[in-house]
Amino acid sequence: MKQILSPLPGTFYRKPSPEAPAYKSEGDSVAVGDVVGLIEVMKSFHEVKSEAEGKIKAFAIENEDPVTAGQVLAELED
Amino acid sequence: MNIKTLLIANRGEIAVRIIRAARELGIRSVQVYSDADADSLAVKMADEAVNIGPPQAAKSYLNAAALLEAAAKTGADAVHPGYGFFSENADFADAVAAAGLVFIGPSGDTIRLMGDKVAARTTAAAAGVPTVPGSDGRIDDLDEARRLVEEIGFPVMIKAAAGGGGRGIRIVDDLAAFDQMAPQARAEAQAAFGDGGIYVEKVIRDARHIEVQVLGDGANVIHCYERECSLQRRRQKVWEEAPAAALPQAAREALCAAAVQLASAVDYRGAGTVEFLYDDASGGFYFIEMNTRIQVEHPVTEFVTAIDLVREMIRVAAGEPLSLRQEAVRLRGHAIEVRINAEDPSKGFMPFPGTVGTLAVPGGPGVRFDSMLYSGYAIPPFYDSLLGKLIVHDDTREAAIERLRRALRELDLGALKTTKPLFVALAEDEDVRRGAFHTRWLEHWLEENADRLAGTGE
Repeated sequence: MKQILSPLPGTFYRKPSPEAPAYKSEGDSVAVGDVVGLIEVMKSFHEVKSEAEGKIKAFAIENEDPVTAGQVLAELED
Repeated sequence: MNIKTLLIANRGEIAVRIIRAARELGIRSVQVYSDADADSLAVKMADEAVNIGPPQAAKSYLNAAALLEAAAKTGADAVHPGYGFFSENADFADAVAAAGLVFIGPSGDTIRLMGDKVAARTTAAAAGVPTVPGSDGRIDDLDEARRLVEEIGFPVMIKAAAGGGGRGIRIVDDLAAFDQMAPQARAEAQAAFGDGGIYVEKVIRDARHIEVQVLGDGANVIHCYERECSLQRRRQKVWEEAPAAALPQAAREALCAAAVQLASAVDYRGAGTVEFLYDDASGGFYFIEMNTRIQVEHPVTEFVTAIDLVREMIRVAAGEPLSLRQEAVRLRGHAIEVRINAEDPSKGFMPFPGTVGTLAVPGGPGVRFDSMLYSGYAIPPFYDSLLGKLIVHDDTREAAIERLRRALRELDLGALKTTKPLFVALAEDEDVRRGAFHTRWLEHWLEENADRLAGTGE
């Protein structure tokens, strides 16, 4: 199964700002390079880009939850 | 000392600093910590530690209910907010007081007053402290604006009263340019915002950031001289000094007196910092804001005055009078602090929350290292990147720079990526050695020296 992993440790955000809609929702298709979320590390924000393509089956991490580097953020299906 | 147990509502190096001060005063320390800080140096050092929630600051260090509950549970009778987090939150200071605890800092009302930019500027002006000259509000009459700009001197910034985000800002260097631009600014403001009101304000170009340390006990206020903090990246100070070498003695006295006037006007209690812009060319200084807390760079002042600011702020919060008078505050030598951040200067200051391997801390005469590091410590990614501060003191500024270079050579942080290479380079720079810089100098230097810093990544 294809997965999207967190490139950095920090806090995971699924949307660009609290008022904005999520980058991606379950069931959405993603292409390589699509932004699926942000990681806040030491008060700076970094985009998480998908390195695989497919459809988002499920997010493994809730919005604003802490993550470690390499942790699975979302599962993809074809 | 009527404070017996102090709750430290902060983390990192400043929590360690506060624990040290508390211990020397015979006060028991209680360190709060988030799930991500269970292994922190402050938790190891404190007499007691209490978990207050998940890693995210909003759910732990910024959870007032959790902090007050931790204070109640541990029998704390005082709360030290450190810097950042709740340190300048008037409602939190009020809540601490309402719970019958001592807040180590000024009253909620003082924090509220100084936290409001307009109210702070008005209070400063009323206390006779110079503010950036300009119209103290909107001007609708261009003749009146013209008279005012002649009085305050050029360059002058013309801003739309209704604007924001830099729209419609014009900088003019003389009256002819003003006569040409002001009607345009008015017309543009009218068209863009339906309001032709403008503001004018003097532009302070290439100014230095110079700030004065004050201490008050609610009745008396003293100053502990000034700090020069012009070396900044993205408005964050990275290198601070005391005293400000560029300041002539008369300007130093005027600046420090102004800071005392402002703090006295609000019957200040605690440690505070009054920040100014200083213009080398004219010798003029202008109030920016007052920070009603201890600051990151307080150790440079501690070195040159031999006053323990953190201990003193705890004492005055406990109701004791200031332990020294103004005449007893003497400047000795020169101190420099550099901020060791977990950022990689070779990669655009990318955050680097690694694990501490090798750690050799500099020592010897005139060297102080305030940090949250120990060998084996995994730096959490959830908070700011400040790991610690290297502070040096010597008889002269030149000697202090040499001592800084020596101490930086001794500082070994193994494979961690930190801002250390930036300071090695800055300490060798001719402008830095001559003290010839202003608040925008470092940004420019970083652009010019990007290649050099890129080579420090190996």
